[in-house]
Amino acid sequence: MQLSDLVFFAIAGLTVLSAAGVAFSRNIVYAAFSLMGTFMGAAGLYVFLAADFVAVVQVLIYVGGILVLMVFAVMLTHRIEDVQISNRTVGLAPALLVVAGIAGIMGYAVLTTAWPVIEPGAAVATTADIGNLFLQEYLLPFEFASVVLLAALIGAVAVSRKELRSE
Amino acid sequence: MIGLTHYLIVSLVVFALGLFCVLTRRNAIGILMGVELILNSANINYLAFARFGSGNYDGQIFAIFVIMLAAAEAVVGLAIVLGIYQTFRTIDVSATETLRG
Repeated sequence: MQLSDLVFFAIAGLTVLSAAGVAFSRNIVYAAFSLMGTFMGAAGLYVFLAADFVAVVQVLIYVGGILVLMVFAVMLTHRIEDVQISNRTVGLAPALLVVAGIAGIMGYAVLTTAWPVIEPGAAVATTADIGNLFLQEYLLPFEFASVVLLAALIGAVAVSRKELRSE
Repeated sequence: MIGLTHYLIVSLVVFALGLFCVLTRRNAIGILMGVELILNSANINYLAFARFGSGNYDGQIFAIFVIMLAAAEAVVGLAIVLGIYQTFRTIDVSATETLRG
């Protein structure tokens, strides 16, 4: 077993264990911090998959943006006195049944399908190529993405602001 | 040697945990966290297939769009959660059943 395999298993273990922390933690604050482990582990997996730009974007946007926003929302909405039961779960048995069924089907598909695998080349820097693709082949989706982000920005402000009466 | 199947299994486990989180949580922010787990597992799949399946950058472009949409979803979702909290003083989704018929 090579060293890189060991590092892969460590990162995959970090990802899976902290995802389990998100799913099973009884305290929403612990779940929020566990989510950081999942995001960082996923970024590590992206580096292993030779996607350096996506890994950096993952750290910047997920850990630096979405996670901070979630912790803000947790702190703003969650009352200190019921910290122990802040993350109530219901319906464990039917949920386990559904998840086990879906995961079983997906695992069967993953393990039995003969995926057309190519031998991956050496990892090269991807940023310049991704930038060129965004400004050439994927220009229209890129512009739509900016419109979606603008709409989300305005929508979030419109939803969360206080109602102002004119009189 | 680490191959495609390893990544698919990691992604599958993260997806299953995220689905479990979405199904069992009654805290609205917990549900949003489960959605983020599911989006991350989809991203791992995209990048694994981009690396081992096609060898070009299309999967990475898709992953970036997924991250962008996840950011938009988190912003709007958390704004709605804060709105619910201001109205009901709780974010337990089983308490916010005004529209139940």
